[in-house]
Amino acid sequence: MKKEKSEVQDIDRSLYDFKNEDADAYRLKEGLTEEIVSQISVEKNDPAWMKKFRLESLKIYNELEVPNWGPSIEGLDIDNIVTYVRNRDNKMVKDWDEVPEDIKDTFERLGIPEAERKSLAGVGAQYDSELVYHNIKDEVAAQGVVYSDLESALYGEYADMIKEHFMRLITPRDHKFAALHGAVWSGGSFVYVPPGVSVEIPLQSYFRLNAKGAGQFEHTLIIVDEGAYLHFIEGCSAPKYNVANLHAGAVELFVGKNATLRYSTIENWSKNMYNLNTKRAKVEAGGKIEWISGSFGSHISYLYPMSILSGEGARSEFTGITFAGAGQNLDTGCKVVHSAPDTSSYVNTKSISKGGGACTFRSSVVINRNAKGSKASVSCESLMLDSMSRSDTIPAMDIRTKDADVGHEAKIGRISDDAVFYLMSRGIPEDEAKAMIVSGFSDNVSKELPLEYAVEMNNLIRLEMKGSIG
Amino acid sequence: MSEALLRIQDLNVSVEDNHILHGLNIEIGKGETHVIMGPNGAGKSTLGQAIMGNPRYSIDSGSIVFDGADITAEATDKIAKKGIFMSFQNPLEVPGISLRNFIKNAVEECTGERMRLWDFKKKLDAAMNVLSMDTEYGDRDLNVGFSGGEKKKAEILQLLMLKPKLAILDETDSGLDVDAVRTVSKGIEHYRKETDGALLIITHSTRILESLSVDRTHILVDGKIVKTGDGSLVDEINENGYEKYL
Repeated sequence: MKKEKSEVQDIDRSLYDFKNEDADAYRLKEGLTEEIVSQISVEKNDPAWMKKFRLESLKIYNELEVPNWGPSIEGLDIDNIVTYVRNRDNKMVKDWDEVPEDIKDTFERLGIPEAERKSLAGVGAQYDSELVYHNIKDEVAAQGVVYSDLESALYGEYADMIKEHFMRLITPRDHKFAALHGAVWSGGSFVYVPPGVSVEIPLQSYFRLNAKGAGQFEHTLIIVDEGAYLHFIEGCSAPKYNVANLHAGAVELFVGKNATLRYSTIENWSKNMYNLNTKRAKVEAGGKIEWISGSFGSHISYLYPMSILSGEGARSEFTGITFAGAGQNLDTGCKVVHSAPDTSSYVNTKSISKGGGACTFRSSVVINRNAKGSKASVSCESLMLDSMSRSDTIPAMDIRTKDADVGHEAKIGRISDDAVFYLMSRGIPEDEAKAMIVSGFSDNVSKELPLEYAVEMNNLIRLEMKGSIG
Repeated sequence: MSEALLRIQDLNVSVEDNHILHGLNIEIGKGETHVIMGPNGAGKSTLGQAIMGNPRYSIDSGSIVFDGADITAEATDKIAKKGIFMSFQNPLEVPGISLRNFIKNAVEECTGERMRLWDFKKKLDAAMNVLSMDTEYGDRDLNVGFSGGEKKKAEILQLLMLKPKLAILDETDSGLDVDAVRTVSKGIEHYRKETDGALLIITHSTRILESLSVDRTHILVDGKIVKTGDGSLVDEINENGYEKYL
């Protein structure tokens, strides 16, 4: 039994942290200039409006200040970041066998093709700045579901729809890194689910950043039309380097009337990554957004998925877990804006910090004057595994109507020595005992994850807990 | 008592800066049932915690030898694996892990062998049956929301599944009603019959002892054993209390 466990751990350790040589890579110069942004635009064969949009975003980027309220991002120097890297042989295929060998091998090791065969309705795989694979099952496509890269969709049947929605929820004015995203975005996915269509099994996009000192800026745009259902899974990882890497993606989700979108993420960025990601959903009347968010990786994270409940009876549910180990400062949480009557939001998060890691839970719930009869509930629990680690909770609530039901609960605690002793007194070794307590603490979140991700999360916790003694 | 299972010699234990046990000696043979009695604050629970290697308790001098091995400075999980079990006075609540999974993990750790889920469940259900526990308790989070009696039953359930060579029962009968005491006693008898394991029963009442045959009784006062006798000493304490030993 012991042996088997340590084998799982060995496989896991190498699961994310392996890198390919960049021999076949085509990289733009480091830094962020008008020339570089124009070059990206040429690379991407942008429509004219998009090129303009990029350059406009660059201007905004240069105007805006770096946020001063969160973890320090001084170690991130955009002049050292390569914003666009692709394989020389730049093409996106529908058959894994046509993906270049080393890249295919990467995704094999991450288990993507296998997951696709077993349990997914479609997969997109991005390697550095470009998608290398995109495919949707025929029967799902036959329902009228569109799942493709964003670039080609800019020219097809949905070009106008994209133009209408692209960076309208998250505008370049939103913050400096949204502007950066607008200027250099590349890759990501476009999903459209027609009215009344329920996609029974999930779609998944996986983002892998392999190149040293590079940034990844994928854009995910999902439109779930009236009465439709979709579960979308997003995975991300990168190997560890000794220089800063940057992820500044954007996710824009449009949930139509009475539609439901479940959006699950597990981020496993390496610990040299600055993850400055922006996610936002707009939910129409009777619709529902369900966020499942696991943040395990990165050196610094700023991540607060936002739900705008814009139609009567719209709902949002946010379930999140954050695990910060040595050298990590993860500032995560969520935002909800209730701007229609009878809307409801439910937030349930857990955070774990260990080995000097810092977790901050930051939330903002706004209930506007017209959102009468709305309900909001925020619950956050933090667990610190040692006295070197930090945990902070910064919940904000802005309630502008008397006719609202609002609840908030926060708990911060340390792992109990007595509980560890109790488990050990039954023969369970100290690191296992701690891992059990931590897994148990996060159990009601991991239950929400797709099975393979729940298993992965538990493995990650075990992995993180290993060597936590002494 | 030729073959001692547990031999404690000249044990001095303190918690923070309070010296609790003062040169305690005790020897328990294989399959024997010993009782430690004494007034509140005498150090009864400290003895159990020290044997189990609770890091809060510091062993300042003396030795604990179990089954031929010195376990004085051993880690708690290793002590458990060698065959000592302790039923806690206040079992901890651990959310997110089911009683069943926890016991399975513990049994696998102690035996070093993986069990098939079905085989394990059969054994667990049988043990739960001995304790008149509803098998659905197996699905519940470890001790979370259990009543005092349920927690104690869950402790005895672990005892039955782990089959230690020595079971330390720390105030297992405290706070239980008559029926619960009877059930718990039945579990302890079952353990004795099945494994011929030794018992060290820490108690300040005697209800749990009624159905057990006691080999040795020790009176612990102010961190020292002041009197050791056979089972009849229990009756004497019952009648006269501790006064004459204070």
